[in-house]
Amino acid sequence: MMEPAIIPNQPNLDPMIPVPATVRRIVWETDDTFTLFLEPPLFDGMPFSFEPGQFNMLYAFGTGEAAISISSDPGKPGSLAHTIHRVGTVTSSFSKLKRGEMIGLRGPFGRSWPMKQAEGMDVCIVAGGIGLAPLRPVIYSILKHRKKFARLTLLYGARTPLDLLYRVELEQWNKHDDFEVLITVDRSDSSWKGHIGVVTNLLSYIKLDARSTIAMVCGPEIMMKYTVEELKRRGLSSEQIYISMERNMKCGIGICGHCQYGPKFVCKDGPVFRLPEVEHLIDKKEV
Amino acid sequence: MQTQDLSILLRKHPFIADLEEEFLKTLLGCASNALFHEGSYLFHEGETASTFYLIRTGRVALELSAGQRGKIRIQTIGPGDVLGWSWLISPYRWHFDGYAVEDVHAFAIDATCLRTKCENDHHFGYEMLKRFSEVLEQRLNATRLQLLDIYSVSAK
Repeated sequence: MMEPAIIPNQPNLDPMIPVPATVRRIVWETDDTFTLFLEPPLFDGMPFSFEPGQFNMLYAFGTGEAAISISSDPGKPGSLAHTIHRVGTVTSSFSKLKRGEMIGLRGPFGRSWPMKQAEGMDVCIVAGGIGLAPLRPVIYSILKHRKKFARLTLLYGARTPLDLLYRVELEQWNKHDDFEVLITVDRSDSSWKGHIGVVTNLLSYIKLDARSTIAMVCGPEIMMKYTVEELKRRGLSSEQIYISMERNMKCGIGICGHCQYGPKFVCKDGPVFRLPEVEHLIDKKEV
Repeated sequence: MQTQDLSILLRKHPFIADLEEEFLKTLLGCASNALFHEGSYLFHEGETASTFYLIRTGRVALELSAGQRGKIRIQTIGPGDVLGWSWLISPYRWHFDGYAVEDVHAFAIDATCLRTKCENDHHFGYEMLKRFSEVLEQRLNATRLQLLDIYSVSAK
């Protein structure tokens, strides 16, 4: 008999029933991407908690549901944020929400980034576009427990300077002595003084100790593919690389099959995978 | 700067870090130090590519004049990178402008000198060609990825 599905962080909650969450505010990061701040719901009186890399199913009443990565600080349970790219009907509905309005929330779901395994290691974070959103909680966590980790590097690529997320925070992070932040854009005019080119180029500007580095990569699949190739060319093994996959998730608990990826369900077995788990699937046209 | 000092510095550049000692000496005969201040141009599109550069510090933007669209920055080249292969391929002309986004320290390699040495010593020439081919392949892959416009909504 199949075991009933549970949400690990909220074991007493039915994972298929959304709970109401109140909108606190919306902050536009770029022309088409915004961060939705929610009043974290209480579950049986317990505060909402999550691990870096997990996602929620957010429900715009009357429109539909979408899987959205949590982009806030897991150490601050009083604030829950999701950074959303406005690409379709549901995400467009979220973008029009006003303070005090309600949405439905199920979650958190999915496997998180390997924070425990990363302790004592150099951490190389490679993000492309909105792929920075699910990695931001990793950065918050590491900065909060900085001594537990060795070298910390963020390599971030975006389409243009105007498409960079979290610009204020990027500047703040860049001021940390023990946090190397390199940013590149695919195209720009001469007003941009930073790097231009693909995010993989940035790997040649950092010190990467292949013996002691754990890499966390998130972005468009083709970007992750090239990043993985470059990381391996620089001596990292597949076991040292983690990626976060994106698929059309529906149930969030590995039942409906919408997000099936070969033998895996991205919602339940991922979205964060250790590379060897999915490496054989990455280049396949259809799985 | 003494030739010996230059040799030590050259060794630190990833492009030639593992180059055979004999080949390094050959290359050294064509190398000099170069400094370009922020805001200056290293070269312009259409000019003879008489030099290529191994960047030590600073960043160079490759710019293309695109008519009414003005100057477009295609790529930046930074520390540890190789700047330029037009010197290798006839008619040896730059295809872009090279603009110093910040102060740039580089090794300048005299192209005529190096081409002559490559012709005279095919082992050395082949070694150079292999190294440049690797750079070319990486740049080509990066350019393809850039062309895909992977962060646009339509690309997903």
